[in-house]
Amino acid sequence: MLSRILKYSSLLRDKKLSSVELTKEYLKKIAAKNGELNAFVSVDEERALNLAGAADKLLKEGKGNLLTGIPFGVKANIAEKGVETDCCSRILKGYRPTYNATVIEKLLSSGAVSLGKNNMDEFAMGSSTETGSHGAAYNPVNRDYVTGGSSGGGAAAVASDMAVYALGSDTGGSVRQPAAFCGAVGLKPTYGSLSRYGLIAYGSSLDQIGPLTSSVADAAIVYDALRGVDPRDSTSSALSVSAFEKLSGDVKNLKIGLPKEYFEGINPEIVNTVKSAAATYEKLGATLKEISVPSLKYALPAYYIIACAEASSNLGRYDGIRYGYRSRDYDDVNEMIMKTRSAGFGKEVKRRIMLGTYVLSAGYFDAYYKKALRVREQVSEAFRMAFDEVDLMLTPVAPTTAFPLNYTSENMIETYMSDYCTVPVNIAGLPAISLPAGTDEKGLPIGIQLIGAKFSEPLILNAAYAFESACNGGKEAENE
Amino acid sequence: MSKYLFVAGLETHVELQTESKIFCGCSTRFGAEPNTHCCPVCTGEPGSLPVINKKVLAYAIRAGLATHGKISEITSMDRKNYVYPDLPKAYQISQFENPVSVGGYIELDSGKRIRLNHIHMEEDAGKLVHEGGYTYIDYNRGGVPLIEIVSEPDISSVEEAREYVEKLQLIMRHIGVSDCKMQEGSMRCDVNISVHREGEPFGTRTEIKNMNSLSFMEKALAYEYSRQCDLLESGEKVVQETRRYNEGAQTTESMRSKEDAQDYRYFPEPDIPAIHISEEFVDSIRKTMPVLPDELRKIFVEKGLSDIEAKRLVEYKRVADFFLSSLSAGDAKIAANLILGEIFRSMGTEEEKEAFELKFDVEAFTELVALRAQNKINAAIQKRVLQEMLSKGGKPSDYLTADDLAGVDDSAVEGLCRDAIAANERAVRDYLGGKEQALKALLGFVMKATRGKANSGAVELKLKELLGK
Repeated sequence: MLSRILKYSSLLRDKKLSSVELTKEYLKKIAAKNGELNAFVSVDEERALNLAGAADKLLKEGKGNLLTGIPFGVKANIAEKGVETDCCSRILKGYRPTYNATVIEKLLSSGAVSLGKNNMDEFAMGSSTETGSHGAAYNPVNRDYVTGGSSGGGAAAVASDMAVYALGSDTGGSVRQPAAFCGAVGLKPTYGSLSRYGLIAYGSSLDQIGPLTSSVADAAIVYDALRGVDPRDSTSSALSVSAFEKLSGDVKNLKIGLPKEYFEGINPEIVNTVKSAAATYEKLGATLKEISVPSLKYALPAYYIIACAEASSNLGRYDGIRYGYRSRDYDDVNEMIMKTRSAGFGKEVKRRIMLGTYVLSAGYFDAYYKKALRVREQVSEAFRMAFDEVDLMLTPVAPTTAFPLNYTSENMIETYMSDYCTVPVNIAGLPAISLPAGTDEKGLPIGIQLIGAKFSEPLILNAAYAFESACNGGKEAENE
Repeated sequence: MSKYLFVAGLETHVELQTESKIFCGCSTRFGAEPNTHCCPVCTGEPGSLPVINKKVLAYAIRAGLATHGKISEITSMDRKNYVYPDLPKAYQISQFENPVSVGGYIELDSGKRIRLNHIHMEEDAGKLVHEGGYTYIDYNRGGVPLIEIVSEPDISSVEEAREYVEKLQLIMRHIGVSDCKMQEGSMRCDVNISVHREGEPFGTRTEIKNMNSLSFMEKALAYEYSRQCDLLESGEKVVQETRRYNEGAQTTESMRSKEDAQDYRYFPEPDIPAIHISEEFVDSIRKTMPVLPDELRKIFVEKGLSDIEAKRLVEYKRVADFFLSSLSAGDAKIAANLILGEIFRSMGTEEEKEAFELKFDVEAFTELVALRAQNKINAAIQKRVLQEMLSKGGKPSDYLTADDLAGVDDSAVEGLCRDAIAANERAVRDYLGGKEQALKALLGFVMKATRGKANSGAVELKLKELLGK
């Protein structure tokens, strides 16, 4: 698909379209489609039009950048000053942050237009966008299926063109998997390449904000706008590199690894799609290599231990005292906190808080948490060694295409397992991109994943761009 | 003498006097309107992130260096999880695995060293205010930087405990990291205490929390020591628990037992990467370390002061600095006497001595001391000039007349002494008859005649010489 951002940006710049007109158009699309898809949980039309008006002023003065005046959606766990940011949890109902996330500040200061909040799994804990307090989001390709998650609202909004692009967050695949399920592009940047300040934490050492877009070029443009060290986030890094200007589509002599561990237990249609993508790369001049990264199979259990441990601590602050929901029925402060948390959190969140509390408890800490940290080091090391052999890896994003609605709540363990193609990247802090590569027999989108070494966003985005261009020019892009 | 040995170790919280908080840019100032020194980080707003204040790290390193600790090459923060309304994130960012300074000691005057286990950095919590049946939370104090100085159980008496705390206070004040005011909460102590018979292993310990004055600490420790001794004497056991000092009853009472002890579920703070402390950074701090109070005391004694005088001078950092820079005047004793005498008398409170704000500068003071040391003025003139300087500032020359400085030469002194002898027959007779006191009358005559300018020692000698004694 062509870059929506480039298209609108040039129309805006050439004064063939104003940001207010464009924003109204998108608000209309939301009004028409969101009832069916529940991709947005809140839309502030007045604010969006005000932002668009300000963007038009910037454009008139010849200021701004590619994102000026362009409407986007924001996952409900990214703080926007004065805008309800509830993580789709009852416990944060009514919470309006007193500050903007750094990524929001960057976008707003360049005149981008925030439309509203995208649906998600409660506190980003889930893979289907069904567990949030605003109900499930529906897959725009087929409403009987989920969007994937946890950034399912953003993926659905982009795939159905209710937003030009959306900001999601990826702790164990939450940008890449819904992108694959909905047929969008999802980039999970290197840990630290862009600021987490204002991203409401789930697993702090794994969380990363990433763009959901309709094209690789758009992913690169948004990534470039958001990346960079932030003095307010000590885990952010100055090592990230701009990607958009380096999109050439040239992948000659690129060494692409196919790690065999990623192809075990995968739906054959998906295996075929990835293999056919590999063949496309070969045609474009890249070389393929089958590789093996045995420690990857331990990444999944390590992920659930680390993510839940951090979550149990991160979510301790929701006590009903300062913001959000508070139970009305209590005699003292302890009872108030207990009742607030019991009623405020959903089932999956409680499950993960309990799991995390358990693995950090005296007597279990060494057996679980410490061991998980050692596995994490091993996985990171295994990736480092693999990237001595190859430039990037090509893998499936998920073992299946989108699940039917209500499937995950009855198949919890299987759903946890379905994250195993995406979590190793978070464990090792690497960048990865998910992009559409075909559809299954039901017509549901299939994605492929490209994984690179730390701060290799230009490389993986360019490889993704090459594939996307080849599909657009050739016959592979059946879903287009 | 009791047959039970006293064993105590202290955990001392010291509030660092940095301008801004440990993890954000908010002010640390005490006493502001509630919740005015707050930001999303202090109130633990979802999505906010802590960023460590480098000055806090530098102050913690200062404290480590001043107590002979080993500064860690890698130091890291950990989360201590517990639920309390004054703790907005439900965890305190502290240090567990890799504290900033390890080991070290505080040396008591006896020469005994109280070993330190470590010093770590952490954030303070907010404050609960109970009013009219409601509880309010003030997060101004949330995120104020603290260091916790943890000693080994090397303290063997109430007196040693007091001396240890006083030494710590003094050191922290001298290195400029804290004012260590226990009443205002910028220093707080928790004490672990146990008793055992000589030759036997340590007994079961109890912890007494949050003692906010030295005298309470002494009373609490004395009480707890005898309580534990009595328990053992009567064949009972000491229960491991946390106790608090009840100021009214002057006793300690149980707060919670070991069974209720919290599991803090410490784990590495994922929002703050481990900090590498470079050799250069430590060196740059070492270069700015002042002479420490015990060393200052030694220097002062070497300059001729008594140990008591030296101790009193180092008690206040500014006083010690002032005195130290006045030593160039050449007479430490005169300078010390002026500071500990006239100047201290002009300062009513501890705070005034601590602040040691003078209307004149150290050069003026040094000049005054030198005038006296060189005998250019006498004690009376010096006192008068100092009073003038204390109330109006300036320098000695502003208040000295040519006459003051003229002095009295030897021949004049001799003449006056002869006059004195001639005019005071009775005193002369008494003196020669063995009444030493009588000489004072003659001395007084000469001093009066010179309006106090004569050197009284020289006059006395001359009188004795003339009287043939």
